Amino acid sequence: MVNTAHSPTASHGAEGTRRDFLYLTAGAFGVVGAGATMWPFIHQMNPSADVLALSTTEVDVAPVAEGQSITVSWRGKPVFIRRRTQAEIQAARAININELPDPQADQARVKKPEWLILVGVCTHLGCVPLGQKTTDQRGEFGGWFCPCHGSHYDTSGRIRKGPAPANLPVPAYEFLSDTTVRIG
Amino acid sequence: MATPSSSKFFGNPVVKWIEHRLPIFSFVDHSLGSQYPTPKNLSYWWNFGSLALAVLMVMIVSGIVLAMHFTPHVTMAFDSTERIMRDVNYGWLIRYIHMNGASFFFIVVYIHIFRGMYYGSYKAPREILWGLGVVILLLLMATAFMGYVLPWGQMSFWGATVITNLFSAIPLVGDYIVTWLWGGFAVENSTLNRFFSLHFLMPFLIVGVVVLHVWALHVHGSSNPIGIDAKGPQDKIPFHPYFTVKDAFGLTVFFIVFAAVIFFAPNVFGEPDNYIPANPLVTPEHIVPEWYFLPYYAILRAIPSKLLGVVAMFASILVLFILPWLDTSRVRSARFRPTYRWFFWIFVADCVVLGYIGAKPPEGWYLHIGRLATAWYFAHFLIVLPFLGWFERPLPLPASISEPVLKGAKATLMALAIGFGMLGFGAGPASAAGAPKPPAQKWSFDGVFGTFDAASRQRGFQVYREVCGACHALKQVYYRHLRDIGFSEDEVKAIAASVEVTDGPNDAGEMFQRPGRPSDRFKSPFANDNAARAGNNGALPVDLSLITKARPGGPDYLHALLTGYSDPPAGVKLSEGMNYNKYFPGNQIAMPQPLNADQVTYADGTKATVEQMAKDVTTFLAWAAEPELEARKRMGMKVMIFLVVLSALLFFVKRKVWSDVH
Repeated sequence: MVNTAHSPTASHGAEGTRRDFLYLTAGAFGVVGAGATMWPFIHQMNPSADVLALSTTEVDVAPVAEGQSITVSWRGKPVFIRRRTQAEIQAARAININELPDPQADQARVKKPEWLILVGVCTHLGCVPLGQKTTDQRGEFGGWFCPCHGSHYDTSGRIRKGPAPANLPVPAYEFLSDTTVRIG
Repeated sequence: MATPSSSKFFGNPVVKWIEHRLPIFSFVDHSLGSQYPTPKNLSYWWNFGSLALAVLMVMIVSGIVLAMHFTPHVTMAFDSTERIMRDVNYGWLIRYIHMNGASFFFIVVYIHIFRGMYYGSYKAPREILWGLGVVILLLLMATAFMGYVLPWGQMSFWGATVITNLFSAIPLVGDYIVTWLWGGFAVENSTLNRFFSLHFLMPFLIVGVVVLHVWALHVHGSSNPIGIDAKGPQDKIPFHPYFTVKDAFGLTVFFIVFAAVIFFAPNVFGEPDNYIPANPLVTPEHIVPEWYFLPYYAILRAIPSKLLGVVAMFASILVLFILPWLDTSRVRSARFRPTYRWFFWIFVADCVVLGYIGAKPPEGWYLHIGRLATAWYFAHFLIVLPFLGWFERPLPLPASISEPVLKGAKATLMALAIGFGMLGFGAGPASAAGAPKPPAQKWSFDGVFGTFDAASRQRGFQVYREVCGACHALKQVYYRHLRDIGFSEDEVKAIAASVEVTDGPNDAGEMFQRPGRPSDRFKSPFANDNAARAGNNGALPVDLSLITKARPGGPDYLHALLTGYSDPPAGVKLSEGMNYNKYFPGNQIAMPQPLNADQVTYADGTKATVEQMAKDVTTFLAWAAEPELEARKRMGMKVMIFLVVLSALLFFVKRKVWSDVH
């Protein structure tokens, strides 16, 4: 508002230029100040320090038998831990990865072939896919099936069919021992 | 009155297209723009209306943000407020804006009201405008009161108890009303919940009444320092650009003062007791309302009858509604009312006295002065104003606004002096009885530029960990916060892992012990308050998270307490299990002298004298209470420099814009 405040006696020349410069400077300062003030009010909605600190979860995977899966919570999201059978591992590795919508080798998605660890959130629109229970529908590729919009994931958690654009993401994790995993 | 720039704007085809469908630009132009004629002689006292509106907006924005992080439950309200202060990004800034914004709202509104009184702005035809203003004041007071309850500190809780109990004075139905207000038999969770809901709602009611207030203002326009009506167009100038730029300049000056408090003295208006979590079983020794309620509180206490005291307190505000009819003088401005001018300033002084008395205990001379001041408050409205109109001989009024007029500089200075006098209340309420004032120490974190002495703070952590931590919890601090005082990530992990914390339930449904993690709170030495009492002869070791904010005197008090142990002077008999401390209120403290020379071994070779350990642990606890202190002061410096430059620029813009009027 300030920088448009021309007085009725507006005139050209040096006086007018000085005046315009003053108005523009003040206006620019005001705009910069208002913009800078907005930042704290925007940034407060980003994760707070206590939320960021809860970034690891330790899981005891000893009770999980071959062919079974468990779901644990990490950062408020489900993490799928599946102890794969040899057949599932072979199925995941026996394909030409160049034919996949999101090409990635199974070897690059696991640390130990037996253990597949995934963030269980469909990359389409965020539903939790089915397939954790042996009685669940697991889709055409024996991995997971998202019932919301019909995305099929294989036994490596890769997208094979349906609207999802990418594979189920692999979280950062580490085996602290043979039976303990720290996620995050 | 259209300026060339505005006619150019309204000639723009896009603007024309919108205007034809929704005449919003001409609406704004008629409300706050070139089509709103305003008396050309308005002084800076007329800035306070726009300032109040600005503060209202600041309060709504910061309040909505705080509501995103606050939890209105008795077990979580205090902790969630502290989480805002410590963990939410810029949470400390937003909370300090909101908390101090309430005080500044009242400062601005009180000046706005006194301006209206001095210049007779409430007189015909502006009685409804004035009355709507009083409605806004009442809503503002209710909103501020409920907001103060939310952080659920001791003053929150007991303020809520006292104020809601006012309604119990109502004959017959009083008790039912109070129970209804509480939703229980005392102030409790249901009370907190509804206050949160109403505190969120009421600002929007205020916005609604402000719209009416501004609408009523626009019917006859602003009054002015001379108090005579404009005689023609030569007496008025368009609101924009003249008053938009003047208000913008005033706003930046206001923000300088506001920012100075937010960044450098954020608790100056507050009570230390409100950093103690609410305890329904113990009332603080000296309970006072926030400074802006002190005059009414003094009136309440001046009258030795429960019902009449409450009636008088409400009457002191309601009387403002009929002020336009009590004042029988037909001259508006006090500039032309030599006698009224005296009575006005006496009234202002009376309000200041009431505020002072409200902060003092109701005994002795304070009570007598409070009663006199209360009597004068009502006499001013009910006796002085009606009669003055008949007896007073006003000075001759000028023929028009454009005629050169008297200068008001003297009155301005006087008002400023009184305004600052009123500001003084926040700092002043009585300190704890029976203990000398703790001697002032030099702290590394004092002053505008002060930062924590990092070595002392780390040593202080060691003292806390090895000595204080045996009994005192530090619940608001998490191990991860230790990164801020110079520990590396691995050191923090090791410190956290040195304690066992309870977690669970596990898959078998059982709780189990595990080593602490950085994301854990500091482990409390006792499982709960009862265990803490049982382990300490019935005395509860207080949580130290906020200790330097929660005691009058702050770090000085803590240091004095730690070094203030001695044998009791002759004639003082200590109770069983108590120790003598010069600086503890009442001098008898259950905690034995906690610090003894060489109790800890400092890694950096500093000699662990009692004085040294007291200084170190106080520095650490000052950080624990105000971890944002350094960031706050750094940001404050930048904000102040920016605001000073911006207000200087706007000052010159304002001079330029007004150069053809003067």
